Amino acid sequence: MKGLRKLVDNIKPHFSKGGKFAMLHSTFDAFETFLFVPNKTTRRGSHIRDNMDMKRTMIVVVLATIPALLFGMWNTGYQYYLSIGETAGFWCNFWYGFWKVLPLIVVSYVAGLATEFLFAQIRGHEVNEGFLVSGMLIPLIVPVDVPLWMVAVATIFAVVIGKEVFGGTGMNILNPALTARAFLFFAYPSWMSGDKVWIHDMIENGSNVVDGFSGATPLADAAAGHIGSVPCWCEMFVGTIPGSIGETSTLAILIGAAILLYTGIASWRVMFSVVAGGLVMGLILNAFAVNPFMEIPAWHHLLMGGFAFGAVFMATDPVTAAQTNKGKYIYGFLIGFLAILIRVLNPAYPEGMMLAILFMNVFAPLIDHYVVEANIKKRLKRAKLAAKSVSNQNFENK
Amino acid sequence: MSEREPLFSPKNIKSLTQPINLNNPITVQVLGICSALAVTVKLEPAVVMSISVLAVLAFANVIISLLRNSIPSRIRIIVQLTIIAMLVILVDQILKAFAYDVSKQLSVFVGLIITNCIIMGRLEAFALGNKPWPAFLDGVGNAAGYGMILIIVAFFREFLGSGTIWGYPVIEKLGLYELGYENNGLMILPPMALVVVGIIIWVQRARNKELIEQN
Repeated sequence: MKGLRKLVDNIKPHFSKGGKFAMLHSTFDAFETFLFVPNKTTRRGSHIRDNMDMKRTMIVVVLATIPALLFGMWNTGYQYYLSIGETAGFWCNFWYGFWKVLPLIVVSYVAGLATEFLFAQIRGHEVNEGFLVSGMLIPLIVPVDVPLWMVAVATIFAVVIGKEVFGGTGMNILNPALTARAFLFFAYPSWMSGDKVWIHDMIENGSNVVDGFSGATPLADAAAGHIGSVPCWCEMFVGTIPGSIGETSTLAILIGAAILLYTGIASWRVMFSVVAGGLVMGLILNAFAVNPFMEIPAWHHLLMGGFAFGAVFMATDPVTAAQTNKGKYIYGFLIGFLAILIRVLNPAYPEGMMLAILFMNVFAPLIDHYVVEANIKKRLKRAKLAAKSVSNQNFENK
Repeated sequence: MSEREPLFSPKNIKSLTQPINLNNPITVQVLGICSALAVTVKLEPAVVMSISVLAVLAFANVIISLLRNSIPSRIRIIVQLTIIAMLVILVDQILKAFAYDVSKQLSVFVGLIITNCIIMGRLEAFALGNKPWPAFLDGVGNAAGYGMILIIVAFFREFLGSGTIWGYPVIEKLGLYELGYENNGLMILPPMALVVVGIIIWVQRARNKELIEQN
């Protein structure tokens, strides 16, 4: 560690003002603060700073995604061997998936960080750490076989159009990872939806697949009315089902949720109200059930598709969620509500979580505005009442 | 009486060139967005649409400018509408006669030129207070500014969305499909036109700092 510090200190003058590589200052800064907590002292304004700065926060979120990622790797291999009718050992499954998922992660990080560094250089500000999380989330919410260049294009699109045009990290209206997914979903639907995309090699070599293996996600089965082929809830909870890489295992996602809630990084209000919204909509659908999909128990919806992943990692994004506490309840509730609504009642989209979260991202500032306005009104009213009672007292005293 | 103004005086040149960049009807005044989203999936309809708007706007400007002293101010809007509608119907009939396929692709959007805010706006703001020749130049300039954006947007949408340029399969001829390239389905959808227009506005503002609002 000391040697590293020495090395950084040795090359620092080259990147400071007047140094050889002064123009690469922001790049150097990013790497230095990535390795060490910055030792800058504030000159004015607030002097007390939490050492839980943005980089540390981001690292915790990345850590929280690790269970889902590892499970996703294993499940990729498991589903593949299942589809060709072979059984493989635990490590065999895992390594198979590992080598399929790793390129996605590398491409997502390289494309996204390159764009971030480019913008930081042009604009002359520090490189923001926001992408560390988005770069991890993007591979987790795509099917395993999506071509790498598509991931790169979508990532660049999400960083530039979803984030940098609004002013970079902290200014974005839409969640960058979901922007990337929405881009892929609408631009290259043949790689993003259908029954074949979720299993490795099924599009290219469909003939290898054993008879009777469909590759459809539980949601697609349910939407098509094949309620019989929807796996039991315990399978969906553990996650041994086809789906995007990180979304299948509710169990692994719950471990991540526990980390986020314990460290206080994600808002429990959002998570709780997303689940509540989903349950309420599920119960409403149960009450008016006219087809088998509407009849499945409301709480099964929480285990299917991307609901859990969206609720834990996407809806809670502190930048794009509502900022006020009351607003968070409304924001989260409507996400859950709309997600199930789109999922069950709109035949064009088998999953509604992505669209519901993006939709509510857009409305979050409006929700905040009305919550704040209502609070101002309430306090004004209270102030008026207080002033009135004071003047009344004065009158009586006279 | 003062000396006659030359045909291409600096002022006239300005009313011709200003709308192409610094006062562009789409990217600066943000008018006529709806047709910019609707007819830019392919280059051909976009070009035909631009020419149609150019013809309508230039002649409407001239006619209104000629009539400007005899139109009672209270009914000027309805007079303007009548003239625009007449010109649009002429354009529509010509398209139907000589370019039936494109006319079918453009469908209602030729008729909707009547409601294009750029045309009404130029008549109100310029033709009613200027002589025919400057009004003609202003009409051509604004329509050119509009058409330029339309064609740029249509170029990118057709190239990235369908892999063709003016119907010519560029991507296929380059053999990119064999390498795994796929057309971007989002480019065909209207939201992407909005994003492309947004990027054009971004580039334009980055190059012309005076366009950035001071607040």
